[in-house]
Amino acid sequence: MSPHRISDPGTERVRLATAGARAATLDALVRSPRADALKGTLFLALLLLALAIALGGLAAIIIQAAVKGAPAFGTDLLTNGPSTLNPGEAGFRPALIGTLYLILGVILLVVPLGVSAAIYLEEYADHGRWWNRLIELNVQNLAGVPSIIYGILGLAFIVRGPLDLGFILAAGSMTLALLVLPTVILASREAIRAVPPSIREGSLALGATRWQTIRRQVLPAAIPGVVTGVILAISRAIGETAPLLLVGAATFVTFSPTVLGDNGYSALPVLIFNYASRPQDEFRVLAAAGVILMLIVLLAVNSFAVWLRNRYENQW
Amino acid sequence: MNLRLSTGISGQGAAARPSPPLEAPSRRYGEKLIGLGLGLCALLSVLTTTAIVVSLLIPTADFFDKVGFTEFLFGTEWGPSFSPASFGVLPILAGTLSTSLWGMLFAVPIGLAAAIWLSEYSSPRARRLVKPAIEVLAGIPTVAIGIFGLVFLSPVIERIFPFMVQLPPFSAGVAGLAIGLMLVPIIASISDDAMRSVPAGLREAAYGLGATRMKVATRVVFPAAISGVIASLVLAGSRAVGETMVVLLVAGASPNLTFDPGSSVLTMTSFIAQTATGDISTGSITYDTIFAVGALLFVLTLAMNAIAIRLVRRFREVYE
Repeated sequence: MSPHRISDPGTERVRLATAGARAATLDALVRSPRADALKGTLFLALLLLALAIALGGLAAIIIQAAVKGAPAFGTDLLTNGPSTLNPGEAGFRPALIGTLYLILGVILLVVPLGVSAAIYLEEYADHGRWWNRLIELNVQNLAGVPSIIYGILGLAFIVRGPLDLGFILAAGSMTLALLVLPTVILASREAIRAVPPSIREGSLALGATRWQTIRRQVLPAAIPGVVTGVILAISRAIGETAPLLLVGAATFVTFSPTVLGDNGYSALPVLIFNYASRPQDEFRVLAAAGVILMLIVLLAVNSFAVWLRNRYENQW
Repeated sequence: MNLRLSTGISGQGAAARPSPPLEAPSRRYGEKLIGLGLGLCALLSVLTTTAIVVSLLIPTADFFDKVGFTEFLFGTEWGPSFSPASFGVLPILAGTLSTSLWGMLFAVPIGLAAAIWLSEYSSPRARRLVKPAIEVLAGIPTVAIGIFGLVFLSPVIERIFPFMVQLPPFSAGVAGLAIGLMLVPIIASISDDAMRSVPAGLREAAYGLGATRMKVATRVVFPAAISGVIASLVLAGSRAVGETMVVLLVAGASPNLTFDPGSSVLTMTSFIAQTATGDISTGSITYDTIFAVGALLFVLTLAMNAIAIRLVRRFREVYE
């Protein structure tokens, strides 16, 4: 490498200056990477440690519930009702049936309402209008409202107040449906937006009306995304406890609930909470077994979602 | 016709809309009716918000007829059901902030580290495995996380650090830790998205200047994604403030005006849940108190969500 032609290349001063600059540069290049390499390794180690803590926490939640709940695990859990006197034979039957009814109600309410709202926002709404922007912003905000606020809404509007239904199962379903409605709307909008415009244009060009286009072309193509959103919403609703506490599911019922009977009802997470807040250890075991039961149900629901999505998956 | 044309133009002007307007002139009234019906369904969400506000406001107004505004906001005694009842919200506000604070102290470093690893270090294959695994945490019902805190975390921590659980098994710090576990996926997932949306050119430029991987991650990508990162933190904070089941199970129920992680605290959400499940009659002061506390909680989380939504929108637009 020849020295720069600053002045006469031959003089001793220029040669020395060049050598000095080279040494300094080399030193900087060689020394700092070593320190940086150490820092980089330490940094990566910290990142991996954080990951390990997060994944370890997840594993701990599941393993802890499985180990603690193992003694109570058996068919009794599914077939027996709850019992305050005899925790050894207590089960979750009314709560399971209650959850099943609740979820059925949520599906019946949230699918038509949520999908309709999504179709409106994607296919009909003129986004320059303030009311449509208000609806959009509002849906986003609702998605972040704490679930217990929905419980208050259910208590004030559905159980008492204007609707005055009392503490019945349908009130629980309605409250949960309002809670997961934003999730369904947001997911369905994504799915509808992902359908390419050429599909719509083709249909319209053939003379189909707007609704015919949506009904026969857009919606079928958007089904996988919509279904995924609905199932995500359902799995949230299955585990949701706080709003149900406020709209009547807190009652300790030993019978299977009916949709409109206002004797109270129970749901899986609420009964789990009920058991867990009792001081005796037997009930804590039961609660842990209930957690595992709930996680199994959730896993089944989610696998169903994945299966459905794969089955109807479209490639454009 | 003119109107239709102008809406068409505005539809294209808003670049987010991929499709031009579908409308063909149609005399079918059924079509119009369908559009109207769909619009009504969308309006339901606005009605929900209105209903929430109305259902909170009316009893809250009743509440403030009986209790002074300043007494509620600045009072340091909380005992709505005691015989000389006191309605100072500060102790349960402090309880809420305390459990949220401990949760965030745990979740922020872990969540951000996970996000940096996912977006800057992981191989595509590892990412496909790890990201969903972390997100499973967000899907675990909070009652399950609460039971984990009550049955497992609390006794373990009591054994190692007895000062952390002064009134076994209840502790604000342990409740915070359990909440933190729930917050990790929110922070990790949104921050990861924000960091991945930083254009590759920025990274390549930094590597070209001789920066190490760590420097690229911490001094280039992280600052570039900061609005998304902060949005994830605000969102997680609002989730922590609104969390109910964990604090109901683990935090105990003593309205203490303290930030000591070892003490038992009452939070706003656990007050609402506990009081509403007891026997209360409509119109009583206790009934109204639930709504006053709920209104405060609603305002608090609404403000945080609004900030988060605005920040998320900003980071999405910056690099497109």
